Amino acid sequence: MSDLSSKLNTGMVEKYRNNFLKEVEANVEEGDWVKMCMQCGVCSGSCPLGAHWDHPPQELFMMIRAGKRDEVLQSTSMWMCTSCYNCIVRCPRELPITHIMHGLAHYATRLGIEPKGQPTRQFAQLFWDNLAKHGRVNELWLGVNLYFMNGIVEGIKVALGMAGIGLGMLKSGRLSLKELIGGHTVKDKKGFHAMIKKAQELEAARVDGSN
Amino acid sequence: MSDIVATNQTILVVGGGISGMTAALEAAEVGKQVIVIEKTPSVGGRVTKLYKYFPKLCFPTCGLEINQRRMAANKNITVLTMAEVTDLQGEAGNYTATIKVSPRYVNANCTACGACADVVEAEFDDEHNYNMNKHKGAYLPHNMAMPKRYVLEPGMIGTDDAQKAKDACKVDAIDLDMQEETIELKAGAVIWATGWRPYDAAKIQPYGYDRIDNVITSVEFERLMDPFGPTGGKLVRPSDGKEAKNVAFIQCAGSRDINHLKHCSRICCMASLKQSTYVSEKFGDDANVSIYYIDIRAIDRFDNFYQKVQDDKNVTFIKSKVANIVENKENGNPVLNGVDTEGYERYANEHDLVVLAIGMEPSVDKDTFPIEIKVNDEGFIEQDEANGGVFAAGCSSDALDVNRAVQNATASALRAIQVVNRVAQAEG
Repeated sequence: MSDLSSKLNTGMVEKYRNNFLKEVEANVEEGDWVKMCMQCGVCSGSCPLGAHWDHPPQELFMMIRAGKRDEVLQSTSMWMCTSCYNCIVRCPRELPITHIMHGLAHYATRLGIEPKGQPTRQFAQLFWDNLAKHGRVNELWLGVNLYFMNGIVEGIKVALGMAGIGLGMLKSGRLSLKELIGGHTVKDKKGFHAMIKKAQELEAARVDGSN
Repeated sequence: MSDIVATNQTILVVGGGISGMTAALEAAEVGKQVIVIEKTPSVGGRVTKLYKYFPKLCFPTCGLEINQRRMAANKNITVLTMAEVTDLQGEAGNYTATIKVSPRYVNANCTACGACADVVEAEFDDEHNYNMNKHKGAYLPHNMAMPKRYVLEPGMIGTDDAQKAKDACKVDAIDLDMQEETIELKAGAVIWATGWRPYDAAKIQPYGYDRIDNVITSVEFERLMDPFGPTGGKLVRPSDGKEAKNVAFIQCAGSRDINHLKHCSRICCMASLKQSTYVSEKFGDDANVSIYYIDIRAIDRFDNFYQKVQDDKNVTFIKSKVANIVENKENGNPVLNGVDTEGYERYANEHDLVVLAIGMEPSVDKDTFPIEIKVNDEGFIEQDEANGGVFAAGCSSDALDVNRAVQNATASALRAIQVVNRVAQAEG
C-alpha cells in the first residue's frame, strides 16, 4: 500500500476543513443552536432592521455552517441587532437568535477582530465603560461621549442640535449638571469593582477552559 | 333506539369519516357486527368537503359513493348520526359505551323533498362550507349526505319557522318534540376514528387570517371549487368577489412550528400543489401561482406530481417562510413580506388571494378526551397496550392523507376483529 497522505493536497484539506461551526458551538453563547436552523428565513423577514444587515441571521447561520469564519466574525451584521426579539418569537424551532447575535458579537470582540467603526459596537463599549466606573450609568457623560464619538467638530454639531432637548431635561429634573463632577454612584463602589473583577476572572477562566 | 342490538362481540366505530367508514366496512364485510357513531348529521367527514384528490385529481364523490353503497347494502352495519361517545367503561372484550344522541327533529319518514327548507326563513352558518355562507334552518348537510335526511337547526326550535317547516312536510317527518337521548351500548372492541380539524389559523398572528379578508385557509379554498360550494364553483376572493388569478400559497401554516403544531401535517404540500392546478383549471395561462415553502415534502409517487407542477410556467416556487402579511387598503390585496432564502432577496409581494396551507390537528382535544386513552404530545392516539381494545384509525392516530388513513383504518379493523374473535372463542 502506498502512503496516501503524501498524495493529499493538505492545503485544500485545511481550507475546506469545516470546523467553524464547532468553534461557534464551543465559544459563542447559545452557539450550539446554530445547527438547528432549517433555513426558513422567517427571522430575516421579521427583522425590523433586516434591510440594513449585510447578512441577516439565517444567512449568518448558513455561513457559519459553510465555514466562512472571517466573513462572519468581521461582519457588522450582528451588531445591528436591537434585541426586539421578533425573530425569537417567530422562529419555528425556537432558536435564541437574539442571544446568538450578541454571542457572535461578543466572541468577535474577545478575538479582537470586530468591525471597529461600527457605531453600535462603539456605543456598547461607551455604555460599559461608563457603567463600570461608578456602578450607575452617568447619562450626562454617556451623552457627551456619544456626541463626541466621531470627533470634536461633529460632537459640537450634534450637541448644539440636541441643546433644546437637553435644556428641557434639565428643567424637568431628568438631567443634573452635578453629574459632570463625579455624579451618583452605587453605595459600595469598592465592593462593586471587586464584584466586576471577580466576574471578569470567572469569565476569563471559562473562556480559557473552553478553548 | 332500543332496537339496536349490541353485544360484547360488537365493534364500535367512533367517527364516520373515511377512516371510520373503511374500518366499519372491513369489519362488517367479514361478518362482524358494527355500530358507527357519527357526531354530525351525515357520514363522510372531511372527504365530502374536498373538490379533488391528489395525486390523481379524481373526485372524492366517486369513491365516497362506492363506500356509501357498500354501507347501505351491509346488514351488519348500524349508523347512529348526531351521536357522541361520552364515556367508555370496561375492558377489551367487554365494554359499555355511553352515547349522547342529539335530536335531529326529522325522522326516517323524510324523503329529502326539501319542502321544509322552502318555507323556512331563518339562516345559520353552513359548517359544510367552513361557515363561508349560510344555509336554511331546515337543511340537507350536502348533496351526498347519507342518510339522505333533512336536519333542523336546534336554534329554530320554538320559533314560527319550525312550525312552518312542520306544516310544510307532507310525510309527517318533522317531530319538534324530539329530545336528547343517552343510551348505553355493549362492545367488544372500539375503533376510534374521530379524525382531524384544521389548525386555528387566527392563532398564526403575523398572517392576519382574522384581520385580512383575502387570507383564507386551504380547506376553505377547496370549498370555492365545489359547484355547490359558497361561490358556486367560482374562484373568487372574499373581499370583493374579484377573480383570484394571482394566488399565493403559504406552506407550513401552523405546522412544523414550536409555537403552533410541532409535527409536519404531511398533506399540506400536496394539497397546495393540487390546488395550484385549480387556478390553472379556472384561468389557464392567466393563472399566476406562487408557493412559499421551507421544503416541499412530496414523497414516492407524489414526486412525479411535484415535478409536473414545477414544469408549469405559471407556478413559481419561493423558498421562504413568509414573515408577515399586511393588507393593501386600496385594493384589498394581501402583501407578503419576507426573505427569499435562495439569494437572500427581500420581497414585498402582492397577491389577489393568499391561501394558508393549514396544519392538521386531532379533532378531539387531548385534555378533554371523553375516554381514557394514551395520546402523544400532539394529541394523536398512541398505539399502546394500555388502550386495551380501543384502536385508533386514520387521523386520530397521526397526520395522514386519505390514502394512508384508509390503510391505517384497515389495520385497525383487523386489530378489532382479533379482539371480538377471542371473545367469540371464549363464549363458544
